[in-house]
Amino acid sequence: MLIFECPYCGIHADETELSPGGEAHLKRFGPGASDEDFEGYLFMRENPKGVHFERWRHSNGCGKWFHAARCTMTLEVFGTYKAQTFEPPQEIKDKITAKRPGWSWRTFS
Amino acid sequence: MSETETASFPPFNGYVTVSKDASIGMITLRGALNSKGLGLAVGKSLPKERCILDAKDMQVAWMSPDELMVLCPKENVANLEADFQKSLGSQHALVSDVSDARAVFTLKGTNVREVVAKLAPVDMAPGHFGTGEMRRTRFGQIAAAFWMTADDEVKIICFRSVAQYMYQQLCVCAARGSELDLWT
Amino acid sequence: MSTRLSSGGRLIDTSKPISFTFNGKSLKGYEGDTLASALLANDQMLMGRSFKYHRPRGVVSSGAEEPNALVNLGKGGKFEPNQRATTTELFEGLQATSQNHWPSLEFDIGAINSKLSRFLPAGFYYKMFIHPRPLWKHVYEPFIRQSAGLGQAPSAKDSSTYEHFYAFYDIAIIGGGLAGLQAARVAGASGKRVLLMEQTAHWGGRAQIDEEMVDGVPVDKFVDDTVAHLQSLPNVTLRTRMMGAGIYDHGYLLGYERLSDHVPDAAGPRHRLWRIRVGHIITATGAIERPLSFAENDKPGVVLASALRDYLIGYGVSLGDRTVVVTNNDDAYLTAIAVKNAGLDVPAIIDARQGGAGELGEKARALGIRVETGKGIARVLGGKRVTGVQICAQVGEGAPLEEIPCDCVAMSGGWSPVVHLWSHCGGKLYWDAENVMFRPDVQNYPIGYDGNTFVAVVGAANGHLALDAAIKDACDQTASLAGVSNPPELPSVASRQDALIEAVWMMPAGAGIKLRSKAWLDFQNDVKVSDLQLAAQEGFESVEHAKRYTTLGMATDQGKLSNINGLATLAGALNADIPAVGTTTFRPPYTPISMGAIAGHSRDEVFQPIRQTPMHKWHEAKGAYMEPVGYWRRPYCYPRGGETHAQAVEREINQTRSSLGLLDASTLGKLVVKGPDAGKFLDMLYTNMMSTLKPGKCRYGLMCSENGFLMDDGVVARIDEDTFLCHTTSGGADRIHAHMEEWLQTEWWDWKVYVVNLTEQLAQVAVVGPNARRALEKLGGMDVSKEALAFMEWKDGTLGGFDARVYRISFSGELSYEIAVLAGQGLAFWNALLEAGEEFGVTPYGTEALHVMRAEKGFIMIGDETDGTVIPQDLGLQWAISKKKEDFLGKRAQERSHMVDPDRWRLVGLETTDGSVLPDGAYAVGEGKNANGQKNTIGRVTSTYYSPTLKRGIAMGLVQNGPERMGEVIVFPKTDGTEVTAKIVDQVFYDKEGDKQDV
Repeated sequence: MLIFECPYCGIHADETELSPGGEAHLKRFGPGASDEDFEGYLFMRENPKGVHFERWRHSNGCGKWFHAARCTMTLEVFGTYKAQTFEPPQEIKDKITAKRPGWSWRTFS
Repeated sequence: MSETETASFPPFNGYVTVSKDASIGMITLRGALNSKGLGLAVGKSLPKERCILDAKDMQVAWMSPDELMVLCPKENVANLEADFQKSLGSQHALVSDVSDARAVFTLKGTNVREVVAKLAPVDMAPGHFGTGEMRRTRFGQIAAAFWMTADDEVKIICFRSVAQYMYQQLCVCAARGSELDLWT
Repeated sequence: MSTRLSSGGRLIDTSKPISFTFNGKSLKGYEGDTLASALLANDQMLMGRSFKYHRPRGVVSSGAEEPNALVNLGKGGKFEPNQRATTTELFEGLQATSQNHWPSLEFDIGAINSKLSRFLPAGFYYKMFIHPRPLWKHVYEPFIRQSAGLGQAPSAKDSSTYEHFYAFYDIAIIGGGLAGLQAARVAGASGKRVLLMEQTAHWGGRAQIDEEMVDGVPVDKFVDDTVAHLQSLPNVTLRTRMMGAGIYDHGYLLGYERLSDHVPDAAGPRHRLWRIRVGHIITATGAIERPLSFAENDKPGVVLASALRDYLIGYGVSLGDRTVVVTNNDDAYLTAIAVKNAGLDVPAIIDARQGGAGELGEKARALGIRVETGKGIARVLGGKRVTGVQICAQVGEGAPLEEIPCDCVAMSGGWSPVVHLWSHCGGKLYWDAENVMFRPDVQNYPIGYDGNTFVAVVGAANGHLALDAAIKDACDQTASLAGVSNPPELPSVASRQDALIEAVWMMPAGAGIKLRSKAWLDFQNDVKVSDLQLAAQEGFESVEHAKRYTTLGMATDQGKLSNINGLATLAGALNADIPAVGTTTFRPPYTPISMGAIAGHSRDEVFQPIRQTPMHKWHEAKGAYMEPVGYWRRPYCYPRGGETHAQAVEREINQTRSSLGLLDASTLGKLVVKGPDAGKFLDMLYTNMMSTLKPGKCRYGLMCSENGFLMDDGVVARIDEDTFLCHTTSGGADRIHAHMEEWLQTEWWDWKVYVVNLTEQLAQVAVVGPNARRALEKLGGMDVSKEALAFMEWKDGTLGGFDARVYRISFSGELSYEIAVLAGQGLAFWNALLEAGEEFGVTPYGTEALHVMRAEKGFIMIGDETDGTVIPQDLGLQWAISKKKEDFLGKRAQERSHMVDPDRWRLVGLETTDGSVLPDGAYAVGEGKNANGQKNTIGRVTSTYYSPTLKRGIAMGLVQNGPERMGEVIVFPKTDGTEVTAKIVDQVFYDKEGDKQDV
């Protein structure tokens, strides 16, 4: 049972206060998008052994969606951050690089 | 409380007492949580993150980074609602009476902290939760919020449709013989 | 015989006798006894039968690892099978019965299996019962079920209560032996919040048995003083009878507290499951002694050496008059010395090691005990009790050198640290060949939230079997992780010089098949050395495979005694090193915990939340038959007198269509969406254009997922320029609210929209039927005429003094008003409507009448016509899909080739040719067969009812090219083998022009 710190209300929330929301930082493709782009958006998901970015909602709490960076193998949490962003904050990226040198899953420019 | 209310929620005399409060006024405010936003409505002193503060004739609770809940006597709801709307003017905000949507329960007794800790994944040890704080969490299988009005009194809010469930599970957990006496 | 001695018994209070029964026989024990010690005191050595061969079994251990002494405990609502006698505290009136035998414990017919054991080898069931296949279900399985199983399943409902408790500590220490107590002293000094738990009722662990003086005072005084000191610290919590059941991710620890198993009549919960979040967990869980594998080592009277010592010193119980001790290490000498000191006979210590023991060997010899080194036991003699042993050379094949009469054998194959909790959350182990044990590998630790370890193993659990080393280890590790620079001084304890243990996995080493096939590894599941060797021979080389093939370690003790011996045997058979074979995975809980504790308080009326509308109590009082809709309970119908449900539904429909009906529609979701971008937002959420809706008007809307599939529907009312009220389905309010928040927070976070869920703030009543307007006019207060409030409009006003918002919408096809009032006034308003409607013969109607009436009108129902694979186009709802909008959720998905395929199944009405009601979910078959030889399907029924209005069965269904096949008759095979034919028709069966609702 995981614990994530909700970046909105500061609570170290027990997993039973949270709802999972799958992979974070998906780019939405709508009308006009190619079949490949739309398929990727709708169905293609990373399943890394290691660093992963996920969406969680503090549903039994402040109700806000946030993102978590964690290791799927060890469950180590590198950090949580608010969902209103297109990529993880630099601070969290640096922390991951320090802990998992050379990690790469998606290149955030 | 009406007769049916009393029949459904008789005060429970466990090692902590459980009772359902008479209906109180509750107003949800959504908007920018600063002095130029919701501060205009509820007064300059906004509650800090996860806090509840006493203001004139009302209490103001922090619910999320863009939401407050005002607790007040029920008869004041309409006036307050209108005042809030007026002070917020044309800015993007939402004011809504939610008094009827909720039920409030009071736990009273020296062991109130324990009864909460049987149902909510919250650190209830003295020094880790106290008066002035407001916590949104779950009680058993339902969402709820609670705060302490004194070291021996807890107020719990849940949705009205699950009031019966909340009442019954509080009674089960406050039953005599289930004391831990951990913090007394 | 086993008996109570006149002296001794550190854990019992002989001034407090207790009576109890075993298999109906009245027996006596003392306060502090376990059921096992009390049974032994009454010479009840035989406590159970083994699982497979039904061999007679006595107690083998004195603790949680016990595989044999399992009993049925209690009766009625407090009955529970498979309780370990060794961990069951005795109480006045305890009732226990033995299990797994027929007709009696003393004489068990199943014991014939033992005689047949050479025909029942490992994997016997797999091999024997696989052919012929049909025999399995009707012959083999019933037979095996008859003879298998341990205790009986309880027949009465559990009368006890249970609860959970959420706790938070900086440091939790599991195990209240001297190492755990020492760790608590150190951690306590740090000022951090500390929890110390002990699974038994008393502190001090093995030291209470094996030590005399600690820190210059008697051991019990030392323990009492230490506990008193810890109790005086405000930051330390102490709990006995609480087991560390499991360690999980991110410092989650389950503590299983047994509050009233020993006082079953006490008020309060029986068990409490502590759900603990901890910064650091320290396990001081000690070690468990291993048996030795020699022939007939399962006979009642063969026990672990340490257990014998526990019974003798702890409970003043001797297991026999003449005890042979057999060992490969020094610790068992303590047993021989204790037995001798108690005035009982020890004919010999059989030490497998050529070199024998260290200083304890001298001590034993000085007491006059014969010590045979380099020897082993070839075979135990006796039937239901040990009568003697044959001794042999350990290195030989088991030729008997001598027969020694005895009535008890105390064995020790060394000690295994209790590393279970360390392993639960991923901690790895290493094999310490010198000390013959698996130990925690601190390089491969359980990883916590921050990537660092959060579990430390101290004392004997960490492989430090000597007391002085154990408490030093506990002190050092705790001081370091708690940040204590000046830890309290270590208590002085006796230390001694032991000779090294020697690995002995088979006794004698060269035992032939006859001996090996009688040398037990797993006592409960009857797995022998020969079974493991057979498994290896047959190719089950992985320890996990061998475990499942032989059932080694799969008993209720989860291999606490058998695992190490078993995998060493497997390693031997495979010519591999023990670490190369590895261990099976330790999983929580450490010992079985009650189902009640897992459920906690969630049972009976609080099993799950039941949502109630403001009128719920009224429905119940009127005898409504309630059905679940999400967590809500809604009236399905209101049967009167002797009406069946079908009759009640028919009456409710007829009355509503002919005059007036009321529906409690409070469960409908009511979401207020407000802000300058609210219209834009709803245009994205709904397939329709909502931004063009005029204030005061209502519009039916559809919501799709990004995958294009229909997920919810409902009527949207525009309140003002900035504000909309969105109705959702009853089950959908929370889901759709969350859906809106998700898009607002994670995709369009710059849009100015707020959503608030008012579902519970408002009660809602549908007033339906040709007399609906007249009834409302009777209440008075606002103009509800067609001119003032047309179809698909809404208005605020008062009705009978109630502030109300009135919507002219209809889900039944009749003249209909849906009226929202404050929830607190819902019941009063409902009653006012009943009163006003009385002269029209008003009837409340339930969800089934609602369903039938909407089906008569051809309206879809989310969850009936939709199932997560249906797009609005399938349902002929193109009219509700905007063609002007560039984008909405699901639009791109609905452009995919499969979604625009003209062969998709689409909605039509279905009329059976014989007027009967089509079976729900029935499939229509077409020409030809599919690849599996089944008939091709061309459609299925989505809604089907008897229509009282049309007096015949009506249905809706999705049919391939359905709308193009009007009038065609298609065939629906039924589950009884017959068929029913139905004609494809328009799905609107009633008032096609919609005249009735728009009056």
